[in-house]
Amino acid sequence: MAGPTPYMALAFILFVIGATGLLTRRDALIMFMSVELMLNAVNLTFVAAGRAIGNFTGQISVFFVLVVAAAEVVVGLAIIVAVFQKRNSASVDELSEMKG
Amino acid sequence: MDLLLDNLWLIIALPLAGAIALHFAGRFLPEPLPGIAAAGAIGLAFVIAAIAFVPLATGDAEPRTLMLWEWMPGLGAAFEIRWDQLSALMTLIITGVGMLIHIYSVGYMHGDPRFSRFFTYLNLFAASMLTLVLASNFAMMFVGWELVGLCSYLLISFWFTRPSAAAAGKKAFVVNRIGDFAFIVGLMLIFSQFGSLSMSETVLNHPGEVISPSMATAIAILFLIGAAGKSAQIPLYVWLPDAMEGPTPVSALIHAATMVTAGVYLIARNAAIFELSPVALPIVATVGAATALVAALIAIGQNDIKKVLAYSTVSQLGYMFLAVGSAGYVAGVFHLMTHAFFKALLFLGAGSVIHGMHEEQDMRKMGGLRKAMPITHATMLVATLAIAGIFPFAGFFSKDEILAAVFANGGYYFVLWGVGLFTAFLTAFYMTRQYIMVFWGTPRWVEGLKPHESSLWMTVPLMVLAVLSAGAGFINAPQLLTLEHYLDPVFEALHPAHLESELPRLLGMDGLALGLALVSLAVALTGIGTALYVYARSSERFREWFANATRRPMAASENAFWVDKFYGKTIVLPGKKLAQGMATFDSSFVDGTVNSVAGAVKRIGMALKPLQTGYVRSYGAGFVAGVIGLVIFFLTRGGV
Repeated sequence: MAGPTPYMALAFILFVIGATGLLTRRDALIMFMSVELMLNAVNLTFVAAGRAIGNFTGQISVFFVLVVAAAEVVVGLAIIVAVFQKRNSASVDELSEMKG
Repeated sequence: MDLLLDNLWLIIALPLAGAIALHFAGRFLPEPLPGIAAAGAIGLAFVIAAIAFVPLATGDAEPRTLMLWEWMPGLGAAFEIRWDQLSALMTLIITGVGMLIHIYSVGYMHGDPRFSRFFTYLNLFAASMLTLVLASNFAMMFVGWELVGLCSYLLISFWFTRPSAAAAGKKAFVVNRIGDFAFIVGLMLIFSQFGSLSMSETVLNHPGEVISPSMATAIAILFLIGAAGKSAQIPLYVWLPDAMEGPTPVSALIHAATMVTAGVYLIARNAAIFELSPVALPIVATVGAATALVAALIAIGQNDIKKVLAYSTVSQLGYMFLAVGSAGYVAGVFHLMTHAFFKALLFLGAGSVIHGMHEEQDMRKMGGLRKAMPITHATMLVATLAIAGIFPFAGFFSKDEILAAVFANGGYYFVLWGVGLFTAFLTAFYMTRQYIMVFWGTPRWVEGLKPHESSLWMTVPLMVLAVLSAGAGFINAPQLLTLEHYLDPVFEALHPAHLESELPRLLGMDGLALGLALVSLAVALTGIGTALYVYARSSERFREWFANATRRPMAASENAFWVDKFYGKTIVLPGKKLAQGMATFDSSFVDGTVNSVAGAVKRIGMALKPLQTGYVRSYGAGFVAGVIGLVIFFLTRGGV
């Protein structure tokens, strides 16, 4: 059984991909997917670390993260749909009217 | 009876209710109604006061204190009414004369666009003054004290569209504030010494058990300054002649029945404290005598019918101060009462003249009004004789009693007696001069003017006041001394330690009292005779010679010895300069500091504004950068 290191490496790669996606894409849907990627990267570290130290608390935390992520997606998708209906686009750069 | 005595607060509440009702409903009422309502309110208060006065006067009832409600228990300040001989007498004067002035005003203010507003103020004035005299507590007294100041401001500047009226109101208010300041400090001393603001037995009758003579001196002097402001004594009298800018009934109300008597009342009420001090009473008497003399000298040269009366008021108030300063408290209060009658009559008569002359106030443009205004003429003659001190009119008795009280103290007071006597001569002189200029001789009024007698609204109060001015002196005539006996309980506890008053003995027997009375009567007659000779009987050549010979002193008198100018140069102008400097400091330094701080914040905000791009990705980048920064921070610091 390998140590947690490979899992951690994979989680790091996934997180970086997610973060890069979040920072570079303009489409709100893609950005959401990137956020999911980052969350799952974190989930992976929880599971790996929990198994490595023989404690299930980390794995239980994953469920919380999943629930919160699901709730976030519900609200977020509703907003995105509403915005799309209004503007026929889901590009976040067009929603910059609140700038200073 | 008891029911009435338990509800004496009605005396204050009635005019106050009148003022409140008129404030809200007055403008919807047609003309005479607000006046009738206001006169009714104070008239009812007079009736209540008169009924409640009877048992007190007959000795069937004791003075009482009526607790209305606790106000600031920690200070001993409550709303409580003191119904004793002195406050009852003051209440009768205020409500009685006040009611007559209200009735007169219905005629005088006829056609004024702010008719009902005028009566709102009059009623409020009466309520304030009644609060002042009925207070059994320095805090409540101070409430009334300040309220009469406010009302005088409102009424003097009633015709506020005239700049002079607005300025006069302001002047009255500001000069009064100077006196009020001293009064407040005096009240603080009272509180610090007695531990309460209540006019307890100790304060009123035995202050010596608590305070030392030097402390009594301090309180007395501060009270004197406060009284000088309200009662227009040297050096704070300058507001009162200017107060003539208000409607004439206001002058009558302020000068005769209410505000200006507050100072005399204050000193009479706190006589025990003044008695305790070795110097306070002579100072009060000196201030009074000096004021009486100076104001009388100024009155001689005035040509405005109301200005003569204004300075006459200042002078007569000086008499009252002279009286209380000579421990002749009853004489002072007596003169306060008779003066209320004849000075109210004089002012209302002058108002009637002004009315009949179509707003002409310059006596040089009057003359010969005797036939055109018979009632006004007759009543004014009574008032003139009364103030001049001619037997048997009211002023004779009260003035004579004051002079006797001053004389009885001996020593330094002989000088003051002489001053008082000379002032009596001047009083008779300038009042006769006014009477002659207005009513005698050939008409000097403008072409086409038809003077007419005033309406009944105005002449009936004149006639009532004339009866009072003629007869009120007998209330305290020698041998009878009704007022003396009546007021005895208030002042009996006072034992003038510094002034060996022999007044009772003097008045009771020997020929001295009679002699003094004859001297003052002779002086008054001389004054009248001199004025008659100078202004009515003498030849044209003598008159010319007289005018030339007295040109310089008359000019000084006409200009009131330039005191106003002097105050303007020494106090008002530096004050204005200081205020201007402060204003510059405020607008440049204070505002500049505040504005530059605000400007700096604004500039920082402007500089930071571009950070808010509205692009989610740039916020995200900042977020990630922050996280990376934190991670690096913790890693280099060697763990969390």
